[in-house]
Amino acid sequence: MIGVELSKLFRRPRTWTTIAVLNALPVLVAVLVRLTDLAPRPGEGPPFLSAVLTNGALYPLAALAIVLPLFLPIAVAVVAGDSVAGEAQAGTLRYLLARPAGRTRLLVAKLVSVVAFVLVTVLVVAAVGYLTGTTVFDVQPAAGTSVSGTSLTQEELVGRTLLAIGYVTVSMLGVAAFGLFFSTLTDSPLAAALGALAVLVASSLLFTLDAASPIAPYLPTRYWLAFVDLFRDPVLWRDLTRGLALQGVYVGVLLAAAWANFTTKDVTS
Amino acid sequence: MTPVISTRGLVKRYGRIRAVDGIDLDVRAGDVYGFLGANGSGKTTTVRMLLGLVLPTAGEVALLGERMPRAARRVLPRVGALIEGPAHHGHLSGRANLALLDAAGPGGSRRTRTRRVQEVLEQVGLGGVDRRPVRAYSLGMRQRLGLAGALLRRPELLVLDEPTNGLDPQGISEVRELLLDLHRGGTTVFLSSHLLAEVEQLCTRVGVLDRGHLVLQEELATLTAPTGATVVHTPAADRVRAVLDGRVLAVEGSRVVVRGADPAEVNALLVGAGVPVTGLALQRPTLEEVVLAAAGSSPDRVEGAR
Repeated sequence: MIGVELSKLFRRPRTWTTIAVLNALPVLVAVLVRLTDLAPRPGEGPPFLSAVLTNGALYPLAALAIVLPLFLPIAVAVVAGDSVAGEAQAGTLRYLLARPAGRTRLLVAKLVSVVAFVLVTVLVVAAVGYLTGTTVFDVQPAAGTSVSGTSLTQEELVGRTLLAIGYVTVSMLGVAAFGLFFSTLTDSPLAAALGALAVLVASSLLFTLDAASPIAPYLPTRYWLAFVDLFRDPVLWRDLTRGLALQGVYVGVLLAAAWANFTTKDVTS
Repeated sequence: MTPVISTRGLVKRYGRIRAVDGIDLDVRAGDVYGFLGANGSGKTTTVRMLLGLVLPTAGEVALLGERMPRAARRVLPRVGALIEGPAHHGHLSGRANLALLDAAGPGGSRRTRTRRVQEVLEQVGLGGVDRRPVRAYSLGMRQRLGLAGALLRRPELLVLDEPTNGLDPQGISEVRELLLDLHRGGTTVFLSSHLLAEVEQLCTRVGVLDRGHLVLQEELATLTAPTGATVVHTPAADRVRAVLDGRVLAVEGSRVVVRGADPAEVNALLVGAGVPVTGLALQRPTLEEVVLAAAGSSPDRVEGAR
């Protein structure tokens, strides 16, 4: 069942178009920065973008930081929102369930395929970012520089980059859980994806509002950019662990709700 | 003999509307069961409840002797279904669609998959289909592909909702032959349709649904048994009344209905009296007459309040 869902997802041209489009923006940014030599000053603009002029090997992180606020969540919300509602709209859901695929199994397989999509997308962004960074910018192969100004060894840099990739993936699982939950509520994949995006837009907006500060620590997008803390010296774990815990709670609650809804629902599509 | 489909007091309520209101279906092994009803009479909801897609508000469903939806994982692999038209992934080929559907549930061995897919494609007349995506298929090809999906695991029971929808006359007759063939091989067929002619040609038993109630469930042969009257066609209808005084039940133009279950006797009387007879037959009610008598007006009529 999981194999079926993975093959459906990755045999679909749309999946790869999404990933390709997602990579176009960081590549464009890299070319523009290189041509104009106008990187944002340290502390402004997307994280790491000022550092890549001196070391192109940091560009995967800059690329992730560029797609993280909007592009990546949109892609994840579209795929997650499509997971069940897309089958319902196409009419294939009733045939899957009459096969019988089993409702819980189907939901688990859909979840796994969405997680696989998140992971593949983040890895491709990082890989394309690395290729772009090393071709467009100068590379200092020996080491990198941490955000705090101290130097990092090659191994430290690689290890922390991998951790950052993992952290971004977990952050996206929250979006995926919202998308999957809404996807079980409606037969319209568009409505499910927009629902998940609405949650994220609301969360980002509330985050900037002082009056919303009491609920700020619980907003799903609150700790997304905390992966930058992995590149401080020493690593600042506080926000990272809170971010992981928060995503864990969101994912747990939303998946339970999605399961409760989907297993008791009348499939009339 | 355990019934293949049996429901007891099956009810589905949507808010205040009772879409299906306490029906007791009884489909036996070897039946070709015609499930008739106007649009909106609850046919589709019932079919979905049989397959565990819609959960009943009250009542029980047993499929092949086991309770649904509890035993879905054991029972449904033995059931093939075509529910409200076919549905496939448009960007994949027909073969890929069938292979994915087969892999999505229990009872489909990976080793034999390619062969089984080819077999059912040949069975429904798509054996030579190429790699083009289902998106490019005609309506009739999609319908055939949907039927192929239902046949993939050699089911004991076929639940088909409007299986000839979108097919041309040749296609309809091919599907009819295919279903009769499967039926001879021992498959029980549950055919939901609003096409009376289709049901009349195929089915051995009929159930009629009207506004959520099962108003009729009977052998087709019993329903269309002779009424004990003879239909006479003659250009001189007025003279029949004179010859067979008191036995004439109805006169409609050149068609006269006469009491008497022996056409030969009626014929002899009329010809003896010099009345020309152009046609003669035992009167049998058509399925249409039976269904119209059992069910009320079409539920998708919306009358204005007066």
